[in-house]
Amino acid sequence: MIEVQHLFKKYGDLMAVKDLSFSVEKGHIWGLLGPNAAGKTTTMRILTGYLPATDGKANIAGYDVFEQPNEVKRIMGYLPENVPLYPEMTVQSFLHFVAEIKQIPAAKRKEAVEKSISLSALESVRGRLIKNISRGFKQRVGIAQALIHDPQVLILDEPTIGLDPAQIIEIRQLIKTLKGDRTIILSTHILAEVTQTCDGVVIINEGKLMASGSLKELTASLQEKDGVFIRLREGGKEKTEHFQNIPGVDKVTIRDDGYNIEWTRGKDSRDDITRYIVERNWGLVEMRPLAMDIEELYLRVITGGTEQ
Amino acid sequence: MSNVWAVCKKEIKSYFTSPIAYVAITVFLILVGFFFQSLIWWFNTQSMQMAQNPYYLQQMNINQMVFSPLFHNISIILLLMIPLLTMRLLSEEKKINTDELLYTSPISINQIILGKYLASLFVLLVMLLLTGFLTILTFVYGNPEVKPILIGYLGLFLMGAAFMAVGIFFSSVTENQVVAAVLTFGSLLLFWVLNWASYSAGGMWKEILNYVSFFQHFDDMTKGILDTTDLVYYVSFVFLGLFLTHSVIQSRRWR
Repeated sequence: MIEVQHLFKKYGDLMAVKDLSFSVEKGHIWGLLGPNAAGKTTTMRILTGYLPATDGKANIAGYDVFEQPNEVKRIMGYLPENVPLYPEMTVQSFLHFVAEIKQIPAAKRKEAVEKSISLSALESVRGRLIKNISRGFKQRVGIAQALIHDPQVLILDEPTIGLDPAQIIEIRQLIKTLKGDRTIILSTHILAEVTQTCDGVVIINEGKLMASGSLKELTASLQEKDGVFIRLREGGKEKTEHFQNIPGVDKVTIRDDGYNIEWTRGKDSRDDITRYIVERNWGLVEMRPLAMDIEELYLRVITGGTEQ
Repeated sequence: MSNVWAVCKKEIKSYFTSPIAYVAITVFLILVGFFFQSLIWWFNTQSMQMAQNPYYLQQMNINQMVFSPLFHNISIILLLMIPLLTMRLLSEEKKINTDELLYTSPISINQIILGKYLASLFVLLVMLLLTGFLTILTFVYGNPEVKPILIGYLGLFLMGAAFMAVGIFFSSVTENQVVAAVLTFGSLLLFWVLNWASYSAGGMWKEILNYVSFFQHFDDMTKGILDTTDLVYYVSFVFLGLFLTHSVIQSRRWR
């Protein structure tokens, strides 16, 4: 659905995007991650046709972003980081204006405005001037304008920035409900947001692609060891040495609430560990696989400089 | 065309839902009314003095003595007011990031510029039409010629349209509205007084400076003279202003 190939963007002497390539399948939500000034907004602006690229190709739903910008704009909704709103307009008149410039036929315009108002839960503020509504509602108006023409592709730049925790949860929920057949790319600084809403990630740093893929794939490719976390009825430091005697176990780390036991990838020591504990009647309370969390994954990719 | 209309409607609403248009039109009408009243009063005084001499009385011409100077006065008011009406047209879009909404919608830069420009012309038209009330009064109490007045109004509209094109251009150059207004005012004034320089210039330069100056083309029209050169001058000025505006926006996106 979205295919970016060898994209470059230069601002004067600064190379903001360097040879960026990734693709997103139809119906998926992907997160665009990276530190500040990594090139996330520039990439999104290129995909939406706001900025031309210096070099490279970008294809959305079969349309070339640079050769067929109007076709792309017709099937795409975009929420920029700074929500583009006219403060002197009411929510309803603003959405009506957006419906007009998004070329929704006059007969369907009213229905489209009503649908976007109801989808974004804006009924209570529809007649109010945009300058007088809260930050959360402004963000919702931003999402409503991106959705108004029922786009196949949604590009959301920091959709939850500046919102309070309750509003963040609401917007996140809204994004999930939007998924359906739509393909969504969102950029965020909140890593938990990615695990909760996204099917995959593209991690970029200094304009370069550091990693891309589903969270599962990325974790698998970066994790050097497999392992489990176990919790026993009664812990203790002496048990660390016992675990190390189990064949195949490479590393045992004691934690406040249990132990991390790791072994070389490809083997599976879970049966041996379980047997060992049961034979000694240590009381196995919990055993779960050790998975790399998103924070660890992100830091590993960004600081490790691994290009995947 | 529907895109141009959408932008134009939004801009007209924006002029009239904020105090901008009301303040500008009110101040404009007060000033025009003041000049009109002064000119009529002067014309009446002159008429009374000439009443004893039928020959001189016949030379009295309300078109030349009231309307021609009135059009000049209105043009100066427009020179001062139009930069204030155009300063926000594109600079504000950039400042509040709504340009991102416009440029990522299936609407061309030309359509955006044209929509905004037509909205500003609408305000100009409203301003000029409202002064028509004073003109009607002179028809009720006097006997002016219609044609020179219509040509004078056409001159005012065309010159205002050229001013608006300069204004929208400078509004695309900066996101600071005050800077846009100052640049517009400075440029318009320069184009206005260029013919002063022609007094000391000679030969080809004299002709060039005269041609480029706003004043020379407008002066003919206030006297009721309609020349295609003047029409071509103003229309070219409008096209040049809009073309440069398009170039500035396009080049900014490529930077």
